[in-house]
Amino acid sequence: MRGFIISLLAAAAAFSVATHALAQEKTLTVYTYESFTAEWGPGPKVKEAFEKTCACRVDFVSVSDGVALLTRLRLEGENSKADLVLGLDTNLISEAKAIGLFEPHGLDMAAVDVPGDYSDDTFIPYDYGHFGVVYDTKAIKNPPKSLKELVEGDPSQKIVIQDPRTSTPGLGLLLWIRSVYGDEAPEAWAKLKKRVLTVTPGWSEAYGLFTKGEVPMVLSYTTSPAYHMVEEKSDQYQAAAFSEGHYIQIEVAGLLKGARDKDLAKDFLRFMVSPAFQDVIPTTNWMMPVTRTSEPLPEAFNKLVQPKKTFLMGSDEVAKNRQAWINEWLAAMSLN
Amino acid sequence: MLTAAQRKWSLGWGFAAFGGIAFFVGTAIAALLLWDSGATGGQFFTPYTWQILRFTLWQATLSTILSILFGLPVALALARRPKFPGRIWIVRLMALPMGLPVLIGALGLIGIWGRQGIVNATLLTLGVEQPVSIYGLSGILIAHVFFNMPLAARLLLAALERLPAEYWLLSSSLGMKPLSVFRFVEGPATLRVLPGVAGLIFMLCATSFTLVLVLGGGPAATTLEVAIYQSLRFDFDPPRAIALSFLQIGITAIILAVISTLPKPDDDENLHGRASRRFDGRTAGARSWDTVIILFATAFLVLPLASIVASGIQADLWRLFKSPAFHQAALTSFAIAVAAGLLSVVSSVAIVVAQEAIGDMKRPGAGARAFAATLGGMGSLVLLVPPVVLGTGWFLTLRSLGDVNRFAPVLIVIINALMALPFVMRVLSPAMATHRRRTARLSASLGLSGISKLTRIDLPPLAKPLLTALSFAMALSLGDLGAVALFGSSELTTLPWLVYSRLSSYRTNDADGLALLLGLFCLLLTMLGTAGRERHQQDE
Amino acid sequence: MSESVVLDNVELALGAKTFRFNCAIKPGTITAVTGSSGSGKSTLLNLIAGFETAYSGRILIGGRDVTLRHPSERPVSLVFQDNNLFAHLDLFTNVGLGIHPALKLSGENRQAVSDALSWVGLDGLEKRLPGTLSGGERQRVAFARALVRRKPVLLLDEPFAALDPGLRQSMAQLLLDMHGQTGNTVLIVTHDPNEVRRLADKAIFIDRETILLHAPVDEFVRRDDLPSLAQFLEG
Repeated sequence: MRGFIISLLAAAAAFSVATHALAQEKTLTVYTYESFTAEWGPGPKVKEAFEKTCACRVDFVSVSDGVALLTRLRLEGENSKADLVLGLDTNLISEAKAIGLFEPHGLDMAAVDVPGDYSDDTFIPYDYGHFGVVYDTKAIKNPPKSLKELVEGDPSQKIVIQDPRTSTPGLGLLLWIRSVYGDEAPEAWAKLKKRVLTVTPGWSEAYGLFTKGEVPMVLSYTTSPAYHMVEEKSDQYQAAAFSEGHYIQIEVAGLLKGARDKDLAKDFLRFMVSPAFQDVIPTTNWMMPVTRTSEPLPEAFNKLVQPKKTFLMGSDEVAKNRQAWINEWLAAMSLN
Repeated sequence: MLTAAQRKWSLGWGFAAFGGIAFFVGTAIAALLLWDSGATGGQFFTPYTWQILRFTLWQATLSTILSILFGLPVALALARRPKFPGRIWIVRLMALPMGLPVLIGALGLIGIWGRQGIVNATLLTLGVEQPVSIYGLSGILIAHVFFNMPLAARLLLAALERLPAEYWLLSSSLGMKPLSVFRFVEGPATLRVLPGVAGLIFMLCATSFTLVLVLGGGPAATTLEVAIYQSLRFDFDPPRAIALSFLQIGITAIILAVISTLPKPDDDENLHGRASRRFDGRTAGARSWDTVIILFATAFLVLPLASIVASGIQADLWRLFKSPAFHQAALTSFAIAVAAGLLSVVSSVAIVVAQEAIGDMKRPGAGARAFAATLGGMGSLVLLVPPVVLGTGWFLTLRSLGDVNRFAPVLIVIINALMALPFVMRVLSPAMATHRRRTARLSASLGLSGISKLTRIDLPPLAKPLLTALSFAMALSLGDLGAVALFGSSELTTLPWLVYSRLSSYRTNDADGLALLLGLFCLLLTMLGTAGRERHQQDE
Repeated sequence: MSESVVLDNVELALGAKTFRFNCAIKPGTITAVTGSSGSGKSTLLNLIAGFETAYSGRILIGGRDVTLRHPSERPVSLVFQDNNLFAHLDLFTNVGLGIHPALKLSGENRQAVSDALSWVGLDGLEKRLPGTLSGGERQRVAFARALVRRKPVLLLDEPFAALDPGLRQSMAQLLLDMHGQTGNTVLIVTHDPNEVRRLADKAIFIDRETILLHAPVDEFVRRDDLPSLAQFLEG
């Protein structure tokens, strides 16, 4: 046990030495999620582009996903070393503000154009995507053309969805059905339940089941097929356009009160909605850009579903009702 | 038979381990309880809580019973067939599911039992209309048996192999038929370890998370662990998380207590360490039964693993293997696994040594006996404290010290070590008890103690079980995503984290390939853990 | 109730060693099996009991060829140095298993078990577990089981080696009494020259994987032409 305490101290010491050595020059610390900073993600390119302009270092600290980001901030509180947080989504804004760590950015964001009447003085969008049902064209010839057709369709054609208690797409579907069905959402869920093969804790598990051919439909994004078309040169997987419209997920970034160099942080936020950043997003994060890119998007993006209508609930409304709606969902999905 | 000084040291070790674990768990819980979560005020336990509690216990009970009902004949057959072709590899294979990240195992199982899997394909060609569904309770059970049957089989096999060689000579000389051998020899020997094995499997199944969600088919099939995770993730309601954790620990502790009151026959082990030979089961019927059981169990284990291999080799393995990201993650994973494994083994040894010291007392007082029981209980119940509770609690505790990420590796190591503790103790405790009975008198009479006793008397015969326990703990740590996911950051990437990150950005192929590499890593570890066994068998 | 034991040109290779045994043991005799460690004493017993199978040659018990028979099909009882009792079973069960391997006992059988226990001086201890007995008492239980088995051949592999000298004498007397009662053919492996003198009619000396001498005890103890035997007799 004594050895264990010594090793604990030694490891802690080693790590603090390592971080101090790096902390000499001017740095911007950005908290984000893991797939943003992955070697194929937008992170490395964005970092390189921004560092050319600022004579500084961009330090990404990544956690598993947007919800984990929020938890991380809650836990760290005032001690957080983050200057910026990049990767929350609109549903989390209300709770993020409640922590009291963010401050309004005060920047002009007129160039930003996202569907669904989004505006906020604290969080700036950097990309968005519509939730959508992605299907395997080899297994399904007549995909559902509306949410209604999805809910009421052939129960032997299965879909895999995510749990709204643990994942943002899962919460997205919950809100989508709520937006379309209103108070009749529980009945809709009771019908959809027959088509649900299983409910996974996160997007990765669901999409893994889907690409392994276990299930012909999955709840994902309308932009998902772009990945397969661009990277795998395959149009086997397509998103179904729903006539009622699609619920949107907007990813946002915010400035922390405790940021050490606020001018630098604001430079990054401005950079974030400039072409240098936005050009990178579509083919690395597989989401839609929020401002004009310097080049047209790859051909594959023109083939994607263009939702006719966009659903977006205010984040206060979501925060207020989330638990009640999840309880409804649990009740409807637990019926036999 | 210990000198006063030895007893003092042994108890000191026990107190240190006890204090360390209690401090670690207690601090995390206290930090969460002290957290001012503001206006939650919601009900801790809703009707839904009781519903998932019922389901948690029901699926865990069924999973435990099935794992043991399947694992027992496998252990009996393997014990009866020390020369079965490839036996050592079958035993090694049984350590493998343990080290697999749960999601990888689940995808492997789906490859075999899923809607497109070979089981259903076979059933369809045979004209069966309603194929097996792996989603729902049946899927949860198949998966839990896949992960836990090998554990049961291995622990039961170890119990059978510890029996004195004379037992097999006598039973065959007395002309016992297989049923009598089971009734008088094998049954009592396995019954002795059964409560411990059942308790361990029950805990693993009761706290199962990803498997239950992926294969459960919907929120009707959920465990309390999911509710705890949810209350710390979306809701951030620490008091509720703690209340649910206490519910989980309390109920499971009661069940474990009931299991542990099952009658246990007296112990008598192969004190001379002579290799056992079996003379029973030579009839054609017994041979074919054993062969069928072993082959069936092997197929049950190998097919999902083969499905993982089949998807893995489609990836560009060489590119993955060469990538710096892989090197970095492999190194990190390995360092964490080594540290967690060593810590777990050292803590287990400390606990067992203290328990033995108390058992060695002429008249242990009520306090000493309670301490021994607490040590044993803590060693297993620690598995029930959700890693998310430990991680979050420590994050809160350490945040005033600055960047918590600095401590992340240490916390992950400790959490992994605690998770492995029950397994390690299950391996070490009987081995150390046997060793003590073989050598305690002699060591005492020769006045051996200290370093000389450790290096000359204790280490050489205990090297094998220590190695087995270490490889067990390392495999567990290697496959663990949970603890890392709490702190996970670009600075700290492990192999399971790497697999998940590929999976979360459409790169399923790479994820399959990395999962295969991770599986091979685990296989290497289990070879390390069973290296001693092979030599032992060649000696016969 | 006694039968002869014959090893006819029996050969067996174990590891680097090849054992060759040739002997005929008369019915009803007590034969001591001696020799240095590793010379093959236990192997001889294992061949007779059926735990090893000869590569060539024949083993006959009471004139019947048992060379390829399973241990349970050979008319022998066994007593080892240790672990003669199943530690988790009470004395009654341990002895009763000698009569029927699935413990299907008639009233008469049950009486025989109790009688045997009281005959070895452990009357009334049917329900005790072996762990509560001393080493000597445990060996007595093993004798009681051999007694109820009523097999014509009794093989003992250093049965008294773990006991102190005083106890050895009384156990040896118990063995003699038992032999007087059953008259079976006894082979006993021993390291103790005194035990040979005290117990045996005949003695076998095994050296380097073969039987060097098989003679009546009084001749055996007087032989001085074999250096390895002389060394053994000096203790």
